[in-house]
Amino acid sequence: MKSGPLAYALLAAGLLVLASTPLWADNYVVRTAAIVAMYGALATSWNFIGGFTGYPSFSTAAFFGLGCYVGAICQHAGVPMMLAWLVATLMVGAFACLLGAIILRLRGHYFAIGSIAVVEVCRLVVSSWSSLTGGGDGLNLPLLTWAPEQVMRFFLFVMLGILVLSLIATALVDRARLGFGLRCIHQNEDAAAMVGINTTLYKVAAYTLSAVFCAAAGAAYASWTGYIDPTESFQILMTVKVPVMAMLGGAGTLAGPFLGAAAFVLLEEVFWANFLDWNRAILGVVIVLLVFFLPGGLLSLARKAKAKANSANSGSGGAA
Amino acid sequence: MSEPILRLEGVSKTFGGLKALTDVSFALEPGEVVGLIGPNGAGKTTLVNVVTGNLPPSSGSILFEGKDVATQKPYEAARRGLARTFQIVQPFPQMTVLENVTAGALFGGGAGSVGDARDMARESLEFVGLAPLADRPAAQLALAARKRLELAKSLAMDPKVLMLDEVNAGLNSSEIDGALALIRRIAERGVTVLIIEHLMKVVLSLSKRLLVLHHGRLIADGPSAEIVADERVIEAYLGHKFAARLKERHHG
Repeated sequence: MKSGPLAYALLAAGLLVLASTPLWADNYVVRTAAIVAMYGALATSWNFIGGFTGYPSFSTAAFFGLGCYVGAICQHAGVPMMLAWLVATLMVGAFACLLGAIILRLRGHYFAIGSIAVVEVCRLVVSSWSSLTGGGDGLNLPLLTWAPEQVMRFFLFVMLGILVLSLIATALVDRARLGFGLRCIHQNEDAAAMVGINTTLYKVAAYTLSAVFCAAAGAAYASWTGYIDPTESFQILMTVKVPVMAMLGGAGTLAGPFLGAAAFVLLEEVFWANFLDWNRAILGVVIVLLVFFLPGGLLSLARKAKAKANSANSGSGGAA
Repeated sequence: MSEPILRLEGVSKTFGGLKALTDVSFALEPGEVVGLIGPNGAGKTTLVNVVTGNLPPSSGSILFEGKDVATQKPYEAARRGLARTFQIVQPFPQMTVLENVTAGALFGGGAGSVGDARDMARESLEFVGLAPLADRPAAQLALAARKRLELAKSLAMDPKVLMLDEVNAGLNSSEIDGALALIRRIAERGVTVLIIEHLMKVVLSLSKRLLVLHHGRLIADGPSAEIVADERVIEAYLGHKFAARLKERHHG
């Protein structure tokens, strides 16, 4: 599951394109770029638990939604915006750590169901706890008083910042003992324990890593939109979309989840703009086709091409 | 004699009403090679599972280097130096042979970094003769090579006690000879080896001492030559009738 030079090149190019949108495009494109960066960060976070560790987590929307609410409540209480984001990140990280110690005892489908239940439980708690969260009425946040372009540009760079941090964390984990251990757990959890890996600790670490960047993105998203409510913050659709993005690009790789998120958001925009009634159906078909014919994700195309070139080379070398 | 490296005292394991192990006690001296035999279902693999923390014992104590480790987790056993191989091999299938062994060195063998672990892994691959296959995915290996991979992985963990659960099952006779030579060389390094085995040829050629398990009880413990002549052992393996007939023939 090594990322080749092509993956790094695509990654760098993708980040550059996103960062440069304010220079050459209108606000709609900048907004799309910010959404790509946000989903890129979510998919890259999911990659820690879903890609490296092989645990099919559907908790993304829970972490995102809690991030929205913790950030919003902090801002309401007068905490400065950036500090509120940090508080949200840390609190949701701690939450994931405690929760992970419980639900990571489940494996496979059971874990998937357990993790999706977390989203629903969080949504219900937030919508019932009206005194703190405003319940179904939602919460308003103080809006930034800058020009719309400035606000847009600011949040593009905030989301890009979160994305880059998640990518750096991925690269560090990939090289370290933690990444190696997580991949062992993915392949064979019992054997991983038998070679001396503290599997519980490692899984909790991966689950927590998968939460913190989602929480940061959620808190920033809340400040960006200025209004949050329970259904918008805890979307089951998001919790399904994010793993699909990661798998579309290539789960377990550094660049894959981000590239998958970019491809997914762009496809979604295209279908939404052109086929208003059928966009979900068409997107569904595209996803099914990709899963069937490209199970390793888009990045596996590059790897296959490289393998073909190599075998052609060694073939001619052998004949000579 | 020195202090035993591993001592079991009155270890029992029950699964509901089923007594898989009843009051098993024995001790292994450092550097010893001991065979553990017994008919199918005697509790041999359960015994290994209990010693390495895969299953908690229902009662009794397990002392490793004098310390009670009955409640340890499998990863703690691995880090302490209690390594095992599985009857059904357990590789990391999508990883290369080298990466598989590196995992053993990194997490169980106390390597400081992934790089150090890789060097240790190369050494143990060299030792078991798998070095030429280092970059193959583990899933591609044939059974004999997979069993060697299990051994290399365990060795990279720098074990003090190595429990081999039927490492020879399913191998042909020339492969078994290769495996025997390898186990002998592992024992020469000073590793205490417990061989769980069906094949008497293997056990007798390696170990001077045998433990016999039958219906979860340890029915014999002593020098190999005496054990194979022991009536109870023959009975356990061949049944009461056949044992009696065999005895008559010897006396007649």
